[in-house]
Amino acid sequence: MMTKLKNIKWNHYANYIVVAAFTLIFAILSLTGFLESSDKYLLEKIAIAITLAVSLSMVVGFLGELSLGHAGFMCIGAYIGGKTAVVLEPVLGEAPTLLISLLVGGAVAAVFGMIIGLPALRLRGDYLAIVTLAFGEIVRSIFMNSSRESFGGSLGLDTPRFNKDVLFIIAFVIVLACLAVTQNLIRSKHGRAITAIRDNEIAARATGIDVTKYKLLVFTVSSFFAGIAGVLYSYSNFTVQSTKFSYNYSIEILVMVVLGGMGNINGSIIAAALITFLDVELQTILTGNLAVLQDLIYALILIVLVIYNNAPALKPFREKHNLKAFIGKFRKPEPSKHRDDEAKWDRVPTKIKMDEVLSVDLQVSSPYTPDKAEKEEK
Amino acid sequence: MEFIETLINGLSMGSTYAVIALGYTMVYGIAKMLNFAHGDVIMVGGYLIYVSMVATKNPFIALGAAVVLCILLGVTIEKIAYKPLRGASPLAVLITAIGVSYLLQSSAQMIFGSAPKMVNIAELGNLKFAGLSIPVYTLITLGCSVIIMTALSIFVKYTKTGRAMIAVSEDKGAAQLMGINVNRIIMITFAIGSGLAAFAGLFMLMKSPSLSNTLGAMPGIKAFTAAVIGGIGSIPGAMLGGILMGVVEAVSYTIPPIAPYTDAIEFMLLIVILLVRPTGILGKKRREKV
Amino acid sequence: MSKVILKTENLGISFGGLKAVQNLNIEIKEKQLYGLVGPNGAGKTTVFNMITGVYKPTTGRFWLDGEDLTGKGQETINHKGIARTFQNIRLFNNMTVIRNVMVGLHNQPEYKCSVFASIFRTPRHFKTEKAMRARAKEILEIVGLMDERNSLSCNLPYGKQRKLEIARALATNPKLLCLDEPAAGMNPHETADLMDIVRRIRDEYNITILLIEHDMKFVSGLCDEITVLNFGTSLVQGTPEVALSDPEVIKAYIGG
Repeated sequence: MMTKLKNIKWNHYANYIVVAAFTLIFAILSLTGFLESSDKYLLEKIAIAITLAVSLSMVVGFLGELSLGHAGFMCIGAYIGGKTAVVLEPVLGEAPTLLISLLVGGAVAAVFGMIIGLPALRLRGDYLAIVTLAFGEIVRSIFMNSSRESFGGSLGLDTPRFNKDVLFIIAFVIVLACLAVTQNLIRSKHGRAITAIRDNEIAARATGIDVTKYKLLVFTVSSFFAGIAGVLYSYSNFTVQSTKFSYNYSIEILVMVVLGGMGNINGSIIAAALITFLDVELQTILTGNLAVLQDLIYALILIVLVIYNNAPALKPFREKHNLKAFIGKFRKPEPSKHRDDEAKWDRVPTKIKMDEVLSVDLQVSSPYTPDKAEKEEK
Repeated sequence: MEFIETLINGLSMGSTYAVIALGYTMVYGIAKMLNFAHGDVIMVGGYLIYVSMVATKNPFIALGAAVVLCILLGVTIEKIAYKPLRGASPLAVLITAIGVSYLLQSSAQMIFGSAPKMVNIAELGNLKFAGLSIPVYTLITLGCSVIIMTALSIFVKYTKTGRAMIAVSEDKGAAQLMGINVNRIIMITFAIGSGLAAFAGLFMLMKSPSLSNTLGAMPGIKAFTAAVIGGIGSIPGAMLGGILMGVVEAVSYTIPPIAPYTDAIEFMLLIVILLVRPTGILGKKRREKV
Repeated sequence: MSKVILKTENLGISFGGLKAVQNLNIEIKEKQLYGLVGPNGAGKTTVFNMITGVYKPTTGRFWLDGEDLTGKGQETINHKGIARTFQNIRLFNNMTVIRNVMVGLHNQPEYKCSVFASIFRTPRHFKTEKAMRARAKEILEIVGLMDERNSLSCNLPYGKQRKLEIARALATNPKLLCLDEPAAGMNPHETADLMDIVRRIRDEYNITILLIEHDMKFVSGLCDEITVLNFGTSLVQGTPEVALSDPEVIKAYIGG
């Protein structure tokens, strides 16, 4: 029994435990009446953001494809799930309706995820990014121009409410489910295949990896959770407005993933929670002209952080002053007992090799040079 | 008759897109980055025109000032935000560009407030001709764009700098070995792109005088879409894509049942074209060496 | 007479107007070590790209163990039993060495484990992972990379990266292993070591090997039979001694 416990890779479960502990603490706080409804709303928002960021990181961080249409999948989930809830609520009652609309919203989004995964088989890099962006805008435009009876059109769709004491807990249970699926998938042979595609698609094909299957799989799973996040959003706000799901929102999610560190799920969680929290808190503190200040500071932080983390010229500086080295100063250096079984997937540096993709696969030759026979071999 | 009016309107709109798309496509071709902030440079150009119009009441001076300042802005952005990231992951550059876009938008809102400003460039009216009624601004836009595009094509094709730009877009490393100052070329590219953005700002204000800090956002995205449709990195491609986009938009607006879906139709056009030709209409696919 | 593993018939491809390879007829028998040599630009790698499915041949056909694989996709061809390495190394750089090999094992029937089994962590998942890891270690032992198994593949020195590519290709359990300049960038000591590895792979695993190499010592020391390519056409076929002393071949290399 003891050996069994020892064999468990605790670091694999750390994030579940932390999220579950948070949920438990807030559930108790909520039951004892310490939480105001605005706090619960904030928690719902954070859970939604984490679900979106983790699901997007599957596409961007692990598959290595850039998607700017995540809000589109969320939009589908929000409208379809919301509509399902509106229809089913009088028949089934609250709880079953919530469950079914979550599943329906997620499933429909997943179907569209698979459809948008198809161009991903042919397009790469920025081309796919613009297609996903376009997809998100198309979805939004369709719901915005829907009739008042179907999806509410420009006035938005009013969706049922759910007990606020429970909703944020459900939202965090969904976060846990999303984490479990994502991490179990990544830490398996299938995850290896997915990261192999990211690292070198040609080699992955030559090694017999079914690239089509895995790209579609990742897009499907990722958009399934985005759809579920959308349904949660509709329950959280009682209304769905198409304006929410513009490409700007997709970009916001992407920023969370990137700031969290590409392919670093824990980083995505922290970034999503922090950004959402600050966003809401600052909105209440800063009003009027100062509200703009928030955006300004946010933009500056974003630029500075990305440059600091990525600029090649700052690499020696980063290595000298990074947090790990800093902490390391206070710790005895330990002999490397790094076993492969314990290798942290999350820490594997995962920079998208888009440079490679762009420079060879997609680089468009200048139209001014006369046509030459393509040179194939040296 | 009406169709010809629509067509001219579409061409005018399309040439505005084309001018913006040129900025995207040149930067993409040479710096290999998606300059998300390009649309917001247009917005800044719009505000600069507004400020100088208030100060001088002369559209020409206003345009001149806006072009010069936008060029400075573009070069500064490149120097501060993008240059340090040369050689870093393209995604990092993209996120920085998004950050710059936010920064420009929020700065504009901070300085000018969130209420839209009204900018009346000039009373232009309509030109009535052979039963057609054509707004004069469309003709100005069209004319200016044609001049800009021709000048740019000649510049790229026949000047030393222009050819250096082609060389850099083909192969940065080789260009550097041939003695081309790649950093300088990239700077010039940003300068040209940003200067064009100021023109685009003027065109857009002539069309609709309302100016807010999101002026450039959607047109920017659409112009980028146009650049991709035409084949990103290709200058004629950007022109073609832009014009196509504008005409589709204008025609779609005149057909009542599909008018609300115009944006969707334009983006659908992108998806369809990319599915048929993954590198756009004039883009050439280069095989990856195995 | 042992059976034919790879047979090509009039295999050829052209890009635009350029005929990169034409009328290639080769027959590689089981357990043979077959060399493909020729000057730069002769079309050697293009031949590899055709028989591994990167390019679709414009003319001719080829068979693996009697099965026509012309025009099939890379994945299919790999499943049928042709594995390859790359001239410009293509490893999964952000993965450890052992994981690179485990990707190679991905499609082996004995390591089958559905996506659902992995997501829901059924016993099957754990069993598969364990078995794959054990098998990967065996393969790493063959190429001598056991000690580096937990380092990131991009941190390996060049010669070891080439060996890792071979290990990964070997993991896909091929009938025919295609090595594209396996000895490039290796020092003589490493090259000798590599020759040993290649022979062992052939002898212990009954794998037929087709290789491209510029190092003529390597080729003549290792190969049973070679084809010399020049400008996309086959100049000479035969044993290394005979083929490499052929006047045509000498002319192709030295020019004149």
